[in-house]
Formats: sequence, structure tokens, C-alpha cells
Amino acid sequence: MANILVLIETSSTGGIKASAPGLIGAAAQLGTPVAVVAAAPGTGAAVAGELGRLGAAHVYVAEGEDAGRILAQPQLVALTAAVSAYAPAAVLISNSTESREVAGRLAIRTGGAVAADAVNVRSEDGRIVAVHSVFGGDYTTESWVRDGLTIITIRPGSIQERAAAATAELTVAPLAAADFPAAIIEQVHEAGADTGRPALRGATKVVSGGRGLGSKDNFVLVEQLADALGAAVGASRAAVDAGYVPQSYQVGQTGVAVSPQLYVALGISGAIQHRAGMQTSKTIVAINKDEDSPIFEVADFGIVGDVFTVVPQLIEAINAHQLTAAH
Amino acid sequence: MKIVVLVKQVPDTYEDRKIDLSSGLLDRDASDIVPDEINERALESALRYKDGQKATEIVVLTMGPDSATKTLRKMLSMGADSAIHIVDDALAASDMVQTARVLAAAIQRGGFDLVLAGNESTDGRGGVVPAMVAEILGLPLLPSLDALELEAGSVSGTCSIDGGSLSVRAPLPAVVSVTERSAEARFPNFKGIMMAKRKPVETMDRASLDLGTAAVAASVVGSATKRPARAAGTKIIDDGTAAQELAGFLASNRLI
Ligand SMILES: Cc1cc2nc3c(=O)[nH]c(=O)nc-3n(C[C@H](O)[C@H](O)[C@H](O)COP(=O)(O)OP(=O)(O)OC[C@H]3O[C@@H](n4cnc5c(N)ncnc54)[C@H](O)[C@@H]3O)c2cc1C
Ligand SMILES: Cc1cc2nc3c(=O)[nH]c(=O)nc-3n(C[C@H](O)[C@H](O)[C@H](O)COP(=O)(O)OP(=O)(O)OC[C@H]3O[C@@H](n4cnc5c(N)ncnc54)[C@H](O)[C@@H]3O)c2cc1C
Repeated sequence: MANILVLIETSSTGGIKASAPGLIGAAAQLGTPVAVVAAAPGTGAAVAGELGRLGAAHVYVAEGEDAGRILAQPQLVALTAAVSAYAPAAVLISNSTESREVAGRLAIRTGGAVAADAVNVRSEDGRIVAVHSVFGGDYTTESWVRDGLTIITIRPGSIQERAAAATAELTVAPLAAADFPAAIIEQVHEAGADTGRPALRGATKVVSGGRGLGSKDNFVLVEQLADALGAAVGASRAAVDAGYVPQSYQVGQTGVAVSPQLYVALGISGAIQHRAGMQTSKTIVAINKDEDSPIFEVADFGIVGDVFTVVPQLIEAINAHQLTAAH
Repeated sequence: MKIVVLVKQVPDTYEDRKIDLSSGLLDRDASDIVPDEINERALESALRYKDGQKATEIVVLTMGPDSATKTLRKMLSMGADSAIHIVDDALAASDMVQTARVLAAAIQRGGFDLVLAGNESTDGRGGVVPAMVAEILGLPLLPSLDALELEAGSVSGTCSIDGGSLSVRAPLPAVVSVTERSAEARFPNFKGIMMAKRKPVETMDRASLDLGTAAVAASVVGSATKRPARAAGTKIIDDGTAAQELAGFLASNRLI
């Protein structure tokens, strides 16, 4: 079976980020998963066990002082060395801010091309095909790379498949020196305390709030309904712009694209750019006081009403239902 | 300081955008074509620097069909000094590698201190053209900055990542991409619109760029299918019982 390289993202403390299981799961659909990590000296061996449990057959660690201090270069240098060592049929990289730079540079460096933002991959007659969901899920397209290395950036949270656990064979090599002027990481800011809610990407239920919530204080209502449903919290761009929530909550064309079992839109008008990030949800519920809001065009269940009246009643009804169901 | 801003024209996101199902490519006739909002923000970041440092020169660069002159004119009326338009039928349906090679070759001809781009376009959404350009030019990239701080000799800013953010800095020359949180673009004023008519727009074709003839890898689209449109479901007006009805709907669909 062909080798498939996967770039493992690590946190500032060297831990494996949440993108790894999906990337290795995707690689296992195509061939033998080889995990590639750039790590600080002496820290690589520690991650090999966990990467094996996630399904990596080989773990290639390039260790050097630059890892965590310089942006993208350590990962690029590690992957370039791994491409020579493993002659892979494809390289899978998370479509995240940190990692897609590596994908672009690797394509130029190795004479490859990038299939961008894939939501699925498959192998067909010896060719590796990337499946994309474009224009807010209006279209599904398939693409592949001709005449060079296949590099695929994978949309975070989109791959559900997981690989069977393996005992990874570990290779540790020194990280080669940087070869172009570096972008230096001056400071790492960790996000605030964990909210205990499901992550937005890949969530099975999402409750989002828009400008209709009116203030940051009122936005708590969105969180309360999310907690009653066990859902992740999302937002429209207008709610983000108004400072109700951080940008990482944004659902839509330029935010996160979600496809949950249930999507609840509160005080969101349903602009086309918002719908682009949620219209492939299985069931959509909308509460909006404007009867003509475009969000109702995609809602399976719409309530023309005031969120401040309806949502507290809804939370009560959900809690009551869960109480009876528990008996 | 010389700043090159990479701009792309895209189908207006306020309308339905279409893919030609036979070629898998963008159907450019299906919607209005506008300058990408993200690139207006990139230009705005450059203009704010120029507001304080008058000697700054801003060049906008696009690769696109004839109609892209409209986008360039808008950028010039906002305050860019000159424009370069790479237009050639042979470049239609370019993938990202090809796009980056063409843009980098054009950037290299003129000299620069900073290249500014959007973090991702609203149509292709690949988000790797800036990195490819940086790699070809042998330069650092500061990706997805919400705001940038430009000083003599270096550029810095903050980029959001999963689980937090990073403060990053690079020496000039460098490539920077900005997010939709960056500078909101100004509107062109009357004086700007009049002045834009006299500003130089250089057009060039593929042959005038030093691209070589060797075959390069390419990303190709195999097939495209359209998802059936979503139909609207039940819509009720709240009379005090809507929340109960919704809870019933959620329960019957096993969502609570
Ligand atoms: C290039 C580009 C990219 C974009 N990307 C995104 C994106 O990724 N995500 C995104 O969301 N937007 C995006 N937008 C912005 C988008 O066009 C809209 O401006 C935005 O989605 C509006 O957010 P909203 O629905 O919260 O606000 P509004 O449109 O202001 O809607 C607020 C709604 O709340 C309702 N309301 C008010 N009070 C109440 C109440 N008490 N009870 C019930 N309902 C109430 C109103 O009837 C109204 O429908 C993008 C725009 C552009 C140009
Ligand atoms: C739906 C769709 C899917 C596509 N999928 C792929 C794919 O998987 N792989 C692939 O290789 N190509 C793909 N393409 C083609 C790709 O969009 C074009 O090559 C495009 O010219 C550059 O990619 P981008 O817009 O995705 O760039 P991005 O990297 O998202 O753009 C970031 C920034 O680069 C600059 N920039 C990008 N293009 C230009 C330009 N023409 N002129 C000036 N500046 C520019 C702008 O500043 C822009 O904001 C796709 C196109 C479409 C419409």
C-alpha cells in the first residue's frame, strides 16, 4: 500500500491537536498513514504512542529548536524530508491558519499541487480523489492532482472515519535549518478556559445567535439554550462584529461551515453568507421576529416571534421533556 | 515603502453563485463580479499606512479576465497609485500553483517591500496562494493577521489559531495576508474617482512574464454536482404556544 503523509499539528506545549484523528482516519482510506511531526528536542518520542493508537503505522519526528519558535518552516522542512524518505502518494494537511501555509509552500517546493478544503477523500483506479463542498454546500466537486505530488488540505472536523490502532514505527531525525527569512512567533496566547461545551466544528447540534440578541449580556440566552440541548454555540458575523462572541464562533461563508443534525438560528436574518455555513444541516430551526426573514426559506421549523419570549419557554419545555423522559 | 496588494475579482456573495456542471468551473456569467471584500480590506491596510507615510507607493496586481479592469479602477479610486493587470486567455481556469507563479513573476519585475493579500478568496477559498507566492519569492509569510503593524524593516501582528492566537513578526520584505477582521475599507470619494482615471494600468500577458515552459503539476476538477435546493418547512407565528410546539417537533425527531 502507498504511503500517505499526514502533518500532525501540535500545541505550544507539544500536545497533539484535535485535527490528528481525522487526518489519520482519512489517510487510512488511501494507504498506510505516516504521521509527520516537528517537535522540540527530546519531545518527539512522547507523541509516537498516541499517534500509533490513532492509526499511524510510521511516525517521523524532526526535532529542533525552531519548532514552536518559527512559523511554518519547521513543519515544511520536516514534511519535505519525509516526502523524500517515504515517497508518498499524497500528503494530507489540516486546512487551518497554521498548516495551510505549509501546504502551499510544500506544493511549490516539491512540484505538487493543492486540492483545497476537501471534506472527503477516496482512492479510485489508483488515483487519489478529493471531494469538496463549495459555495456553501450548493455544489459537490471532485478534483485530483495531475503531474505531481498530491497535497490535500482537509476541512477541520469534516472526516468522521477513524483508523484502527497500530504500533507505530518511530523515526527521529534532526530538523534541518531554516532556509528563508523566518516569521518568528513572539508570543503564544492560549484561549480562555474551556467552556465545557462541544466544539463548533463537527458538533451534532449547534445553537447560533445573531444581531437580534442585541447585546453581549443577552447572548447568554443562546448559551442557555445550547446547554439545554447539549449543543455547541455559534454566531453570525454581525454578532461577532458587535463583540458578543469571539470570531471563532462565526458560522458562514467566511467562518466555520457546520453540518449538524440540528441547527438553531436565534435572531439571525439568514443572509446568504450565513446560510453558506449551515444550510446542509439536517434539521434547521429558526426563531426571528421578522416574518420575511430569509432564514425561514431554509428552516424546517420556523417561529415568527421574539427570542426573549420564546427561548426561555423553550428551555423550560426541553427541561420538562427531559425530566419525563428520565422517568 | 512599496506595497503590492494582490486583488481578485469574485462573484458577488450576495447572490447565488453557480458552477458550470459540464466543466466544473465557475460560471462567471451567472452573477455580478465584484472586487473581493477581503482584498479591499488588504488595500485599506496599505492605505492607512500611506495616510501617515505619504512617500508610500501602492500597486494593485490582479490576474483575471478583461472585466477585472473594473476592480482595478475601484482600487485606484480608493487610493492605490497604479495597477498591473495580467490578462491572457491561456491563463483562464488556472489552479493555485499557476496563479501563484504568475503573480510572483509579476511581483518580481517591479521590486517591493511588502506584498499584501487576503487570507482566502470568497470563491476559490483555497487560502494558499499567499503562501505559494511567499515560497516562490523566498520570503516569510505572516498569515491571517487581524491587524498589521508596519515599521521600517519589519511587520508584525496577531493571527488566530485553533486554541488561541500567536503574535508574529517578520523582517521586510515579506508577504502578509489579512482576515475579514482587518481594516474596514473606505469608500472612494469623488476626487479619488476622478484621479483614478489618470492613474496608470499596465496590462501584460503570460509571454511577458518569465515563467519557463516546463510542465508543472496542476489541480484539476473532475466533476461537479448540484445539491437539491432546500424546501422551507413549517412556519408558525408565536401566540404563546410556539415554544411548546417546537419542543414537540424536536422530541418527535429525537433531537431532545
Ligand atoms: C464577503 C462577506 C462574507 C460574509 N461572511 C459571513 C459569515 O461567514 N457569516 C455570517 O453570519 N455573515 C457573513 N456575512 C455578513 C452577512 O451578509 C450578514 O450581514 C450577517 O449574516 C447578518 O447577521 P445577523 O443575521 O445576525 O444580523 P441582521 O441581518 O441584522 O439580522 C438580525 C435579525 O434579528 C432579528 N431580530 C431582532 N430582534 C429580535 C428579537 N428580539 N427576536 C427575534 N428576532 C429578532 C431581526 O428580525 C433580523 O432578522 C458576510 C458578508 C460578506 C460581504
Ligand atoms: C469553487 C472553486 C474551487 C477551487 N478549488 C481549487 C483547488 O482545490 N485547487 C486549486 O489549485 N485551485 C482551485 N480553484 C482555482 C483557484 O481558485 C484559482 O486558481 C484562483 O485563481 C486562486 O485561488 P484562490 O482564489 O482559492 O486563492 P486564495 O489563496 O484563497 O486567495 C488568497 C489571496 O490571494 C490573492 N489572489 C488569489 N488569486 C488571485 C488573482 N487571480 N489575482 C490576484 N490576487 C489573487 C488575493 O489577495 C486573495 O485574497 C478553485 C476555484 C473555484 C472557483
